[in-house]
Amino acid sequence: MTLTTLNLVALLPQIILVLAALLVLMADLVVAEKRALGWLSLVAVLGALLSTLLIYPASPEIQGMALADGFGRFAGAIVLVAAALAIFLALERCADFSRRAGAYYALLLLATVGMQVMTIASDFMTIFLGLEILSLALYILVGFNRRDVRSGEASLKYFLLGAFASGFFLYGIALIYAATGTTNLAGLTQALLPLSVPLPFAPLLPIGVGLLIVGFGFKVALVPFHMWTPDVYQGAPTPVTAFMSVGTKVAAFAAFIRVLAALASDNQPWLPALAALSVLTMTLGNLAALRQTSLKRMLAYSSIAHAGYLLIGLAAGSPLGAEAALYYLLAYTFMTLGAFAVLLAVQRRDENDVSVERMAGLASRQPGLALAMAIFMFSLAGIPPLAGFFAKLYVFGAAVGAGMVWLAVVGVINSAIGAYYYLRVTVSMYMADTPSGQQTETPGVQWPVWVTIVVATVGTIVLGIYQLPWMQGITQAVASVMR
Amino acid sequence: MNSNIPVLSIVTFLPLAGALVLLALPGERLQKWWALVVSLATFAVSCLLFAWWQNGYPGMQFLERYPWVPQFNIEYLVAVDGLSLFLVLLTTFLTVLVLLFSWTGITRRLKSYLFLMLLLEAGMIGVFVALDLVLFYVFWELTLIPMYFLIGEWGDPQSTYTFRGRVLPWRIYAAVKFFLYTMIGSALMLVAILVLYTQGHTFDLLQLQRMSLASNLQIWLFVAFGLAFAIKVPIFPFHTWLPDAHVAAPTAGSVILAGVLLKMGTYGFVRFCLPLFPQATQTFVPWIGALAIIGILYGALVALVQKDVKSLVAYSSVAHLGYVVLGLFALNAQGIAGATLQMVNHGLSTGALFLMVGMLYNRRHTRLLADYGGLWKQIPIFGFLFVIVALSSAGLPGLNGFVGEFNILLGVFQANKAFAVFGTLGIILAAWYLLHAVRQMLQGPLNKAENAALTDLNLREAVILVPIVILFFVIGLFPNLFLDKITPSAQAVVLAVQRQPAVTMVAGQLP
Repeated sequence: MTLTTLNLVALLPQIILVLAALLVLMADLVVAEKRALGWLSLVAVLGALLSTLLIYPASPEIQGMALADGFGRFAGAIVLVAAALAIFLALERCADFSRRAGAYYALLLLATVGMQVMTIASDFMTIFLGLEILSLALYILVGFNRRDVRSGEASLKYFLLGAFASGFFLYGIALIYAATGTTNLAGLTQALLPLSVPLPFAPLLPIGVGLLIVGFGFKVALVPFHMWTPDVYQGAPTPVTAFMSVGTKVAAFAAFIRVLAALASDNQPWLPALAALSVLTMTLGNLAALRQTSLKRMLAYSSIAHAGYLLIGLAAGSPLGAEAALYYLLAYTFMTLGAFAVLLAVQRRDENDVSVERMAGLASRQPGLALAMAIFMFSLAGIPPLAGFFAKLYVFGAAVGAGMVWLAVVGVINSAIGAYYYLRVTVSMYMADTPSGQQTETPGVQWPVWVTIVVATVGTIVLGIYQLPWMQGITQAVASVMR
Repeated sequence: MNSNIPVLSIVTFLPLAGALVLLALPGERLQKWWALVVSLATFAVSCLLFAWWQNGYPGMQFLERYPWVPQFNIEYLVAVDGLSLFLVLLTTFLTVLVLLFSWTGITRRLKSYLFLMLLLEAGMIGVFVALDLVLFYVFWELTLIPMYFLIGEWGDPQSTYTFRGRVLPWRIYAAVKFFLYTMIGSALMLVAILVLYTQGHTFDLLQLQRMSLASNLQIWLFVAFGLAFAIKVPIFPFHTWLPDAHVAAPTAGSVILAGVLLKMGTYGFVRFCLPLFPQATQTFVPWIGALAIIGILYGALVALVQKDVKSLVAYSSVAHLGYVVLGLFALNAQGIAGATLQMVNHGLSTGALFLMVGMLYNRRHTRLLADYGGLWKQIPIFGFLFVIVALSSAGLPGLNGFVGEFNILLGVFQANKAFAVFGTLGIILAAWYLLHAVRQMLQGPLNKAENAALTDLNLREAVILVPIVILFFVIGLFPNLFLDKITPSAQAVVLAVQRQPAVTMVAGQLP
């Protein structure tokens, strides 16, 4: 294989990111002003984003291992937006928890590469490769705050459970290979065609897919594979939490959608299993979130619940469901990143979490922050006309369209439960008074944090009100993997 | 009718645009004037609907249609007919009055307050004009947020409750209860909307109501829609959020809640449930009728024993809305037209009651009936207007309430005589509790020292109340001014429920 036969144009975003990561590591040795490294990473991410959006390769095919098709590029673009917003969060606040800014940004870029690889992967090997790249980078990032024991604990927990989940994933791939004789998604579709040669080990296929679901389920925090989520979200430095809560979900769900599309056939016993998992995930996530006093843990359980809603789109097993899930991921990116950004803005430099009580009276201290947070909370709760509402509308619509009205009913009941804890934050911000002695505690909000908050707010509102271009992009994206 | 001007969009989005501009305005005085001017302009534009109305035409007028999410056939589709016209006018009218009422007395975060009021206005108008189910749901939920904040932030400053060992203002409890109750109610409606979409591949109400659905599906969908509306109205036994929300809300919030938000429920029944699910409607008539009767009697009896005049008015709403529901489910033109008019009447008279109670509260800071007495001697103008408002609410002939209730009862009598008998019983009770309030507050000796210092209505307050009272007489004496516009659309609903072949809620001239 020579370079000329390799489809470099299709890999341009990933190439930019990897080169930038190496450059950041090297520059770390000579540059004294660590913020410059952040800017360098930001430029790289934006460059990758531009190349994703503007440069169309002649052929999406990359050696049969990956496909930079419409779907991969769309999901990849979401990942890049999340990475850019996360870098903005870290620009001023990275020094709070680490002096090794160079390593931080390099790892963040590498994690982004891993996520991007997952979005375009068309072979189980590539998916696993992407998964491992992003996981390894995130294991370190989660434990980046060496002064905080909880950060280390979170890292270890994430690593141990993550390694276990990777094992499941790999074993699933092995069983699917045993059943079908291929690790390639296109080959898988071929093998499952009704007129293909009968597979001698066909019964292994559902078992393999089941193990695969465990692996994915761990990464996107599906119940009962969610145990790590609250601890890791709480222990990780807030900018890392913001990034991983969004980026990992986008990458893993994108790969998941691709795999399920490849597996589409007359007999899909895993779809009811996904529906059941989704019910479990939504319900437990929401119920557990009700009891949280830490905002980070609450958002962790909320992200579990949202993984459940997202899974509805996948369980529908239709292009409509995939479109809904993709829109959901886009909406989720903005509202969740925004919520974590506000949390970061409220927390002091020596803190790594904020209790719901601490938000009390925020509306009178920081009206802009409170307004933005209220918008994110209402969007997460699914109140129209914000993006979160349409995300839910579309996944529930996909469920109804697939004849699973009951799943949509469970979904709407869950969103009503969920509304309660999102509402609690707004109650605290707007209706409770600032506890005495806390008047001056909120630090000034740095402008890069504002950038993230404003972009996320605009995204949350605009995605809901003006949908035409995004929906067109999503329809085209899904058309490239599902028919 | 001038079809080139998008009157409905202007009416809907003018308050929203005004609210956004408001955010940039400095100075409380300027903000107040701006909000008032925006609401007045909105009212003025909404009056064009009345002026350009095509009388006798049963279908939708001022229709506008643009694609919103073409992939899922979601449209921006708005129009009004005789059923929604006056609710839009009521909304724009009451908003002007409550903004005028809030001229003084809002001590904190005035800009947010005015912003939410204008946002609420846009949401309410949107509910009454939207004919695309998703658009309707968007506006329906959109009204929740401003009202939630209005209750929770500017509500009752005194009462408290204990939650997990902490003492919190009771208004927060009321606000959260209001929000969750309504949200849970509308959750299933969303699923029902999606199920309708799978049946017709459109969210367009006008197309959907031409479909015939299987009757068991109709039952389920009716229940899902009906639950949302029944909670909003509220129909007994879903009324428990209402006393909390109404009493805890600031006066302007109570006026809008009682005046407009409750009508979203009754309007929802007549706009969606009846024409979309005709067979299910027929099935549920006895049940809903019985619940409405219970609501009428229960609401009136509970109102009778209230010590707090604001809860008295709140419970009277449960009773009054019972009539509206009863009229709608008479399923004849007279009942539906009467019920539609009664929605407006209740908005005006209960709105006025809440306003007057609020005016009194601003002076005396108590809502207990026992704290008043003999006010007539001290504040005669207030007393005079209060009696008129109370009599309007009680349905005195010559005033607006009578026309609505009379038409409803005529309609109900044709449909079900027993219901009509019980309904009439409720009218007697209404007169009882309202006159009870009048006697406790206005008559008797002026034996409380604090009451002797009360001042009568000022000019601003009189300017708020006089237009309402004038409308009482206009509706009471010239009801056909209104019924002429309502009845054709009411007849169209009746036809839709009976599903005769001639059912066209929309005329052929539409695009």
